[in-house]
Amino acid sequence: MPSPRYWREIPSRYRLEALRCRGCGTHIFPARRICPGCRGTDFERSALSLHGTVVTSTVVHVAPEDFTMQAPYAVAIVETPEKARLMVQVVDCDPATVKPGMAVALEFRRIRMEGRGGILCYGHKAVPAA
Amino acid sequence: MREVAIVAAGMTRFGELWRSSLRDLFVEAAAEAITGAHADRVDAIVVGNMSGGQFVGQEHLGPLMADHLGMAGTPAIRVESACASGGAALHVAFLEVASGACDLVLAAGVEKMSDGADVTAVLASAADQETEVYHGITFPGLYAMIARAHMAAYGTTEEDLSWVAVKNHRHGALNPKAQFRREVKLEEVMASTMVAEPLRLLHCSPVSDGAAAVLLCPLDQANRYTDRPVRIRASALATAPMALAERKNPAVLDAVALSAERAYRMAGLGPDDIHVAEVHDCFTIAEICCIEALGFAERGCGKVAAREGLTALGGRIPVNTSGGLKAKGHPVGATGIAQAIEIFEQLRGEAGERQVADARIGLAQNMGGSGASSVVHILEGE
Repeated sequence: MPSPRYWREIPSRYRLEALRCRGCGTHIFPARRICPGCRGTDFERSALSLHGTVVTSTVVHVAPEDFTMQAPYAVAIVETPEKARLMVQVVDCDPATVKPGMAVALEFRRIRMEGRGGILCYGHKAVPAA
Repeated sequence: MREVAIVAAGMTRFGELWRSSLRDLFVEAAAEAITGAHADRVDAIVVGNMSGGQFVGQEHLGPLMADHLGMAGTPAIRVESACASGGAALHVAFLEVASGACDLVLAAGVEKMSDGADVTAVLASAADQETEVYHGITFPGLYAMIARAHMAAYGTTEEDLSWVAVKNHRHGALNPKAQFRREVKLEEVMASTMVAEPLRLLHCSPVSDGAAAVLLCPLDQANRYTDRPVRIRASALATAPMALAERKNPAVLDAVALSAERAYRMAGLGPDDIHVAEVHDCFTIAEICCIEALGFAERGCGKVAAREGLTALGGRIPVNTSGGLKAKGHPVGATGIAQAIEIFEQLRGEAGERQVADARIGLAQNMGGSGASSVVHILEGE
């Protein structure tokens, strides 16, 4: 499958590029055209810190097809110091130890190999903070 | 706006209905409603359907279903709001009648899920593809995160989640249309296969086929079709951020609270006025969050309702007397209409063994995605 959808998402997926709204200060990740906080449209570029805290989490046992080889795996909502929240897998630890409040670091990883075309999809995953 | 009434209903059984196609299901439910009202035509058809395209490769359901009802020529559209498509279709039908544009409108929801599609992948398309599904989350996974947030904030336990399944199966066992007409024990729920921690198989609604249909007309014309119309006192929609990460508190369903607030205001009623309710228990945690958002329980206190019997038949506010999505089944596009039909039958005194005594006002709440859309209808019997 030809996939411009992958390269156009490179800034947010590979570099965690976000926007900071000049109107209300909200950090928006991934970037949007209108601020969800104040509907402002004046932004500056920012990058998210590569660490954060687990807000809530689960351990997926019944996985989507592209992820069956990884199951069971932990998925969490992580909040960075900028108050941006992102959904990521939490790896390099026992999934049972992932709980709200856990401190994590964000690392660049392979997310999955997509379907029969085998496109490699990259992004960030969380690991326990050192 | 004109006052609107539901005057007839039709519904298939819910379940894995291998002998019936998408169109068979639709026609069975719709024809029952139309025949029940002795109507020979309708002014418009609104089809609630989440994903005929992905489940069976069929889009363009408006004209298809009009044609198969023998009503080619009739205006017909399909309405989509993920698992709230049925409720959204009922809302559109309500507006068509209330506005004066149409006098007799068929609102019918349908879904055919058991024809071999990758159901997990199709349902996941109701979540945010770019920020959620990309990372391997599933729908049970999203509600599992809601459950863990609720547990962390309010001390809800896995046993609390399980009591909702026990209660709804007890109700479903009394419903001839339900997919699972059997009770389950607390221990069975808590020992069932883990799907996404803390949610187990028996905390999840099933994969279902089915259709449900209602006929709407102005209240002052209702006696042409029935002597027991049910009035629609309110029909309200709301949305919330699509991705769970974007919601301030993942344990709170803001769209449900907002749609309820709008519906209560429209009806001039409050949660204490409701005698019976159908709420969107796609997962047992959802029923707990929904009864809090609807005002049937204080925030954080919904967890005890099923265990203590408050929401069981005979309780203070019986919830999901049909068996809910959990036991009745959840053919996603049909669910919102099927909920309204349970309330319709309750308010007409036709709910048989599930009848709530003296029920006069009922509420149906239908939700899409992980709670990004919600529709609330408040109905009143004679």
